[in-house]
Amino acid sequence: MPRPAAVSLRGVSKHFAVGAGPGVTALSPIDVDIHPGEFVSLIGPSGCGKSTLLRIIGDLVPATGGRVLVNGKPAHQARLDRDYGIVFQDPVLYDWRTVARNISLPLEMLGWDRQRRATRVAEMLDLVELVGFEGHYPWQLSGGMQQRVSIARALSFSPALLLMDEPFGALDEMTRERLNGELLRIWQQSGSTIVFVTHSITEAVFLSTRVVVMSARPGRVVGIVEVDLTQPRTVDTREDPRFFRLVTEIRERLRRGGADESQPLPEEELLLVEKER
Amino acid sequence: MSAIVRAPPNALRRARRRARDWAPAAAVLVAGIVAWQGLVTVLEIQRFLLPKPTEIATALRGNWTFLRHAALYTFGEAVAGFVVGSAVAIATALVLARWKPLGRALLPYAIAANAIPIIAFAPIFNNWFSLVSPIPKIAIAAVLVFFPVMINMLRGLTSVHPSSIELMRSYAAGEAATFRRVRIPNSLPFLFSGLKVASVLAMIGAVVSQYFGGLRTTSLGLFIKEKAALARFPEAWAAIVLASVLGVAFYLTIVLVERSVLRWHPSVRGTRTG
Repeated sequence: MPRPAAVSLRGVSKHFAVGAGPGVTALSPIDVDIHPGEFVSLIGPSGCGKSTLLRIIGDLVPATGGRVLVNGKPAHQARLDRDYGIVFQDPVLYDWRTVARNISLPLEMLGWDRQRRATRVAEMLDLVELVGFEGHYPWQLSGGMQQRVSIARALSFSPALLLMDEPFGALDEMTRERLNGELLRIWQQSGSTIVFVTHSITEAVFLSTRVVVMSARPGRVVGIVEVDLTQPRTVDTREDPRFFRLVTEIRERLRRGGADESQPLPEEELLLVEKER
Repeated sequence: MSAIVRAPPNALRRARRRARDWAPAAAVLVAGIVAWQGLVTVLEIQRFLLPKPTEIATALRGNWTFLRHAALYTFGEAVAGFVVGSAVAIATALVLARWKPLGRALLPYAIAANAIPIIAFAPIFNNWFSLVSPIPKIAIAAVLVFFPVMINMLRGLTSVHPSSIELMRSYAAGEAATFRRVRIPNSLPFLFSGLKVASVLAMIGAVVSQYFGGLRTTSLGLFIKEKAALARFPEAWAAIVLASVLGVAFYLTIVLVERSVLRWHPSVRGTRTG
């Protein structure tokens, strides 16, 4: 009996009701399996439902139809079991907590004792190379450092699955490339499964073992591209001719999938509409 | 960020820096009093329009025993009203933030009630309780304090980054944990803005409600009203100065508490490092 898929999506769809109108179909039925240890990127034009799909996996937004299994369990149970860590585009650090106490937040929620928390926080600071900043408050850090704290927090309780929603989208290109390298190192050290939402083709190719290409709304999978670049990826990876071929292939698929340009509402607004209820 | 000074500078340097920070404001105060004294003397302004600072000081000395007692008593009423009003306001904000439909039902009335000139109720409150009782004064101060504290606290509890709430959900946190770890800490800077406004309103409420009656030995407001009616303006001014000093002290106390509670807040850190 093989290990269950880290994430298994069968016919997952999402429909947002907007006012009294017919509403918006954000995701038409999606079938994807993500295996343990994979690094899978979800890529698509903005508003294609990739962030919504990530939140459905995390049971932060309910799916309208279909079945979502995380580590072989329904997504809801997986959330209650704290099976995943999540990183958002904004670092979402708590301003009133120091770096160390932000990282230990999930450990407090899990009821770890003080000694164990301190040990793990020290390990995490080392992992994201922020030793010496444990006593700083979030506003004293640069955007890139804040996002590293956010990653450390998500990994602190060693979840088998890491969900990342455009975590480097707000950072400048140089910081983003450096953090891409760090993320790959962390992924290889931790052995966790990563689902990574991005709208950068090069970032998706550089990081992933597979890239799930999605169409414009209603979002559906228009192709899954195996990224067979050698591991570990280095700066040379970006110079590899194979890298460029993969980037081109994904761009072509995106173009074909993007035929439907109707975008009545951006995805973030739909999510907000839903949260209001 | 490594520039943040960890080692405390020695006490002398700190005192000197503080003195330098406060020197301009102190100079303005002294200049203001001197100009007041000078202008009243030179322009021969009548005493009933504006007494000289020296006359006010004399009146303050002459009535010191009474004034000190009445001022502290009045201040006590203001503080009691502040504590009661704030406590009820904080509890209300927590309830309204926790049960949103309740908030939607009650908030319009809370906002409408805020538009009522509450001080107009002072004679009614005096009638409800007793003219000589401190309770109507405390009640007026408490009602005045309630709204700014409640509305600020409520805004702080609800204006949380949506992803902060998603993060707590991802940890399978319940409502209580979300309040304790996210909403309440997030609301503290808002709460303190409300409390600072409230400290001023509490003092106003206590003094003004005494205008409508109270125990003669304990009422700063009654003293001001009666001395003004008798055209003994330096005495009235002396009481006003005392009420002002206590009002400012009250406000500054809240600021100090805010600074120690909100150590993490950039505004507080900024003043310490800058």
